[in-house]
Amino acid sequence: MTNLPIEPAIAVTGLRRWYGRHVVLDGIDLHVPEGTIFSLLGPNGAGKTTVVQILSTLIRADAGQVRVCGHDVARAPDRVRAAIGVTGQFSAVDDYLTGEENLLLMADLNHLGKAEGRRRTAELVERLGLGDAAKKPGALYSGGTRRRLDLAMGLMGDPRVIFLDEPTTGLDPRSRRDLWRIVRDLAAGGVTIFLTTQYLEEADQLADRIALLDRGRLVAEGTPAELKRLVPGGHVELRFADDRALTAAAAALDVVPDRAELVLRVPGDGGVRSLKALLDRLDAASVEVDGLALRTPDLDDVFFAVTGQASDQTSGEVTAR
Amino acid sequence: MTAITLAVRDSTTMLRRQLRHMSRAWSVTLMLLAVPIVLLLLFVYVLGGTLGDGLGGSGGRGAYVDYVTPGILLVTITGTVQGTAISVALDMTQGIIARFRTMAIARVSVLTGHVLGSVLHTLLSLAAVLGVAVLVGFRPDATAVEWLAAAGVLTATTFALVWLAVAMGLVTTNVAAASNLSMPLTLLPLFGSGFVPTDSMPTVLRWFAEHQPVTPIMETLRGLLLGTPIGDSAVIALAWCAVIALAGYAWAKRLYNRDRTR
Repeated sequence: MTNLPIEPAIAVTGLRRWYGRHVVLDGIDLHVPEGTIFSLLGPNGAGKTTVVQILSTLIRADAGQVRVCGHDVARAPDRVRAAIGVTGQFSAVDDYLTGEENLLLMADLNHLGKAEGRRRTAELVERLGLGDAAKKPGALYSGGTRRRLDLAMGLMGDPRVIFLDEPTTGLDPRSRRDLWRIVRDLAAGGVTIFLTTQYLEEADQLADRIALLDRGRLVAEGTPAELKRLVPGGHVELRFADDRALTAAAAALDVVPDRAELVLRVPGDGGVRSLKALLDRLDAASVEVDGLALRTPDLDDVFFAVTGQASDQTSGEVTAR
Repeated sequence: MTAITLAVRDSTTMLRRQLRHMSRAWSVTLMLLAVPIVLLLLFVYVLGGTLGDGLGGSGGRGAYVDYVTPGILLVTITGTVQGTAISVALDMTQGIIARFRTMAIARVSVLTGHVLGSVLHTLLSLAAVLGVAVLVGFRPDATAVEWLAAAGVLTATTFALVWLAVAMGLVTTNVAAASNLSMPLTLLPLFGSGFVPTDSMPTVLRWFAEHQPVTPIMETLRGLLLGTPIGDSAVIALAWCAVIALAGYAWAKRLYNRDRTR
C-alpha cells in the first residue's frame, strides 16, 4: 500500500482573469477536498460565474493553475469534462425537447448504450421527481422543474464533481428546499459539489466550507460557523430624518453612512446593553434618531465585517433569508 | 473510441436532435418550402408567358418553365440555408450549448448536427419543388446518370452553402442579424442566370452575373437536366462549392471555438 496524498477534487492557485483592462478574478486560491460541499458566496458581479466557467472548461484562465479531478483544465480539458457535471444559472435545457428526450440526449452524448440510457433516464426521472415533466417540452416547465431537469442532465454522466452556479436563484422557497435535499443526497453519495450562491442561508445550509468572493478576490474563507463569527448577531440599523443628523451620527459612531437611504448600519449583536450604549453615544452627540431596527446577520453584514464597507448592491439584490 | 468514431457518433446524436427540432417547428419548415413554390408559380404563370418569348424562340410559358426551374432549385437552397443561419443563431442563445461545451463530446458535432439536418431538409425541399415544377410543365430530358449527376451538384451546393450559413449564424449574436446577413444569398440566383439569360443584362451586372458562384451551378443543372451546353461550368461550379464549403467550415469552426465572453 502506498500513502500518496489524495489529490483534492479542485485545486486552484493564483487564478487570474481579465476582460481588457478590467480584472475580474485577481489571484484566487481554492482547495476543495473530494466528497465535500464548497460554496463560493458573493454578490452579483463578484466573479462567481467566471470561476465556474473556468473550472468547467468553458473559458480559459489568463493566469494560474487550475486542476479538477487531478487534470489540468487548460491541458486536458476533455478529461476534466468527462469527470464533471454543470448546472448553470441559466438553465441548460433544450426547450424543444421533452424532459425524457433531454435526458436521453445526455445519455447518447455520454455514450451509454440504448438500454443503459433508458434505465438511467428512468432512474433520474424517479430520483429528481421529474415524472410530470418527462413528457412535456422544456419550454413549459416551472422554474423549479427546469433546475431539477438541468441537474438531472448533469448527473447522467455520473460525474465526480458537480458545479452548481446559483442553482436556486429565482426559485420559490419550496423548490429551493427540494433542491437542497437533492444536493445533500448527492454529497452523501460521495460527489464533490462546488456551489455558487448569493444567499448566506443557502451556503450555511449546505456547505462544509464557504469562500467569500468580492470584486474578484477571496476576502474570507472558512466553515459556516467561522464565517458567522465575523458577524456576531448582525447589526443595528439607524434611520435619520436628514443628512445633517446622519453625518453627525456617523462621526459619533465612526461608521460609513449610507447617504442614499439615510441609514447607518452599526455592527453589533443587538443585545440590550450594547444597544443602550449605542443610543447613549448618540444622545451625548445630540443626534436625533428617526427609527431603529435590529437586523440578523446577512450577506451584507459579512461584507461589512470583512471589507469595512457595504457591498455594492445593498439589501435589494443581495439578501439572506 | 477514436476521434473519428466519436465524431460520427456524436454528430448522429446531434442530427437526431436537429430532426426533432424540425418536426416540432414544422410551420417554419413549411414556410421555407412555400417560398420557392410561390416564386415558381409566380414566374411561370404571371411572368412566364412574356419571359419565355424573350428566350430567343417563341416557346412562351412552356419554354420558360424549363428555363427557370434550375433557378428556382437554387432559390430553394439559398432560402433554406437562410433558415439554417437563423436556427444556428437561435440555438447559440440557448443555455444547452454551454452544457455541450462542458461535455466530453466531439466539439464539432454541434455544428455537424446542424449541417446534416439542414442538408437533409434542403434535399427534401428540392424534391418537393421539383415535383411541383414537373406538375406545372417542367420536362427534363435527363438520363438516369444525368439525374444522378444533377443530384450530386445540388447536394454539393447545399453542403457548401449550409456551412457558410452556419458560420453566418455563429458570427452574429441575434436572430435578426443572422437573417439579414444571409439575405444576400437568397438574391444570388436573381443576379445570375436563374431567371433570365445574362446577355440581356447591362455590362456591369452582366459581368457580376457571369462570375458569381451560383450561375455556373445553374448552367450545369440546365445542361444535365435539359441538354444545354455545359462547357466549363461544371468544373467552375464544383470548384466554387469546394471553396465555399472549406471556407465556411473553417470560419464556422473558428467562431464556435472562440471565447464568447470576450
